[in-house]
Amino acid sequence: MTHRLTFATATAAAALLTAQTAAAQMTELGEGEGAVSIVAWPGYIERGETDPNFDWVTGFEEATGCMVEIKTANTSDEMVALMNEGGFDLVTASGDASLRMIAGDRVQPINTDLIPSWSSVDDRLKDAPWHTVDGVHYGVPYMWGPNVLLYNTEVFGDQAPTSWNVVFEPMDLPDGQPNQGRVQAYDGPIHIADAALYLMTHQPDLGIVSPYELNQEQYDAALDLLRTQRTLVSRYWHDAFIQIDDFKNEGMAASGSWPFQVNLLLADGVPVASTIPEEGVTGWADTTMLHAEAEHPNCAYMWMEHTLSSNLMSDLSVWFGANPAVLAACTDGSGMQTAEGCTANGLDDFDRVRFWTTPVSDCESQNGECVPYYRWVSDYIGVIGGR
Amino acid sequence: MAEARASDLFWRRPRLLLALLLAPPLLWLGIVYLGSLFALLAQSFFSIDEFSGLVTYELTLKTYGELFRASNLDIIVRTILMSAAVTVAAAIVAFPIAYYAARYARGPWKAVFYLGIMLPLWSSYLVKVYSWKLILAKEGILGWIFAKLHLTWLLDAWLALPGVGGKSLSVSWTGTFLVFLYVWLPYMILPVQAALERVPPSMLEASADLGARPGQTLRSVILPLALPGIVAGSIFTFSLTMGDYIIPQIVGTSARMIGQAVYQFQGTAGNIPLAAAFAVVPILVMAVYLTVARRMGAFDAL
Repeated sequence: MTHRLTFATATAAAALLTAQTAAAQMTELGEGEGAVSIVAWPGYIERGETDPNFDWVTGFEEATGCMVEIKTANTSDEMVALMNEGGFDLVTASGDASLRMIAGDRVQPINTDLIPSWSSVDDRLKDAPWHTVDGVHYGVPYMWGPNVLLYNTEVFGDQAPTSWNVVFEPMDLPDGQPNQGRVQAYDGPIHIADAALYLMTHQPDLGIVSPYELNQEQYDAALDLLRTQRTLVSRYWHDAFIQIDDFKNEGMAASGSWPFQVNLLLADGVPVASTIPEEGVTGWADTTMLHAEAEHPNCAYMWMEHTLSSNLMSDLSVWFGANPAVLAACTDGSGMQTAEGCTANGLDDFDRVRFWTTPVSDCESQNGECVPYYRWVSDYIGVIGGR
Repeated sequence: MAEARASDLFWRRPRLLLALLLAPPLLWLGIVYLGSLFALLAQSFFSIDEFSGLVTYELTLKTYGELFRASNLDIIVRTILMSAAVTVAAAIVAFPIAYYAARYARGPWKAVFYLGIMLPLWSSYLVKVYSWKLILAKEGILGWIFAKLHLTWLLDAWLALPGVGGKSLSVSWTGTFLVFLYVWLPYMILPVQAALERVPPSMLEASADLGARPGQTLRSVILPLALPGIVAGSIFTFSLTMGDYIIPQIVGTSARMIGQAVYQFQGTAGNIPLAAAFAVVPILVMAVYLTVARRMGAFDAL
């Protein structure tokens, strides 16, 4: 009897252990824990301190009693580092960070049944590969946007550039001056994907299927293109506000950019516009993800539900110049966003956007022989250094 | 009673008291400072797996070998050249200022000088760098002044030079150099001024009495006596320039310096071994530098 009891206890204990490690997914919501801490992009979670019109935190705190604590991070890599450190419940991760965190077990699967508004999520985002692995959801889509081509309308006149070649190849711009020294490029290794995207149209024999999955030959071609670009670029942009400043004070003519900068420049009366060139664009799509060891999972689930409320989505998409994960937010008038505003942010161009994903060596399209991200980093440093 | 016993004990065994007093700072130095330094050193002897991008925890010199790849060597050479240029320029600019502050400024003027030197240190480093970005911009203040003086041709000629030039000052190495020079200048002025104040006026009088011209006095009396101060200041400017990763990101051509490479390799790439190997470079350079500085007597006054 004792023997059998021990055996039973052992089995139960083992079962419990497996249950804890394998499926940490929550099955029901409890009471809020009174707090939730979130790692977010600057400007993503506003509590009315920057502009009293943009506040989607106070109401949530009053309704749920969950006090929101925000830690902003400027790059995907900072986000990954903060989540690795622990102590946070949620993160608004872009596609170049989300898979890294899933692979590193820093985030846990999401039970979509616990998020009543899940059904309102844009169908194009529901099963997006940057947060869904083997059919398991690891987060709730938040915002997405394209990396558009920003250009100065005084230089280009009313002829919007139709191709990314203005930032990749030496040429004269419509105002008769060469583009050398008047274009910028993103100061992040992920920009290699923009070069690869350009090559997909202009050198189809390379056989690039995805700009984030490059074999050695395709990768070398992209780097060659970027070396040409280095001769044109006087400074790579890293910080959105530095780029804004460069378009105001350095006479910049064109650059890859985000709708965020475009909106701020337009608000300041700088003669700029943005376009999605014929080659398509890269873009980012962010997902609210739950830390594997979140201390406040109930509040975290309540926050994820809250993020999908169409009025938050609507205001945020105005504030950040991005597209909401809930399509209704563009049209239902629940917030400040309008259908035209969403179109301006690139809502209809979803299919032309290649979303940021972390390049890994084990890739599908090139038979697992892709150049991994850490080499992108060191080689891009080399290219910028003139090698 | 207990206090008396303790004080007896410490009186009989002074070394015990010394040990007790020294233990906390030594522990701090040993664990927090040296510990992290050794953790860093240890990391640099690991390597990153070519295929998975994960760190392999086996001792190897492969990562150090990677430092000698052309693009990485560029970063090291670029950083050392910049640090050297900033240090030399800072010494040249700082010396007359420090000399005036130490020898001629009196009363309220002395306070004004101190304030003038220290004031930039009170405002945020980022604010200073961003405002320099505006000063150096193509359509910035400096460009405007050159245009007003009809000297735009001079600026353009300088910017046309390979290496130091660029499309505008704010995207050229000249710009990076100017900002470094401005930001680290107080760290050079203060030790030089301290050294100059210690030069006894009687020596200058003696030098004059013996028939030395002012130039001779400067060369053979003041400069040798001020040299430890200059060397001490140069340690600051050199090491601060070598480690900085914010200025070259905001002003300059975007080509990396060591600090940026470390930041990017550890953060973006997860290539901690290479970041650690890069971080060891300034340590080695500074070790050499400090040895030379000691020979020149920079620490004699300590």
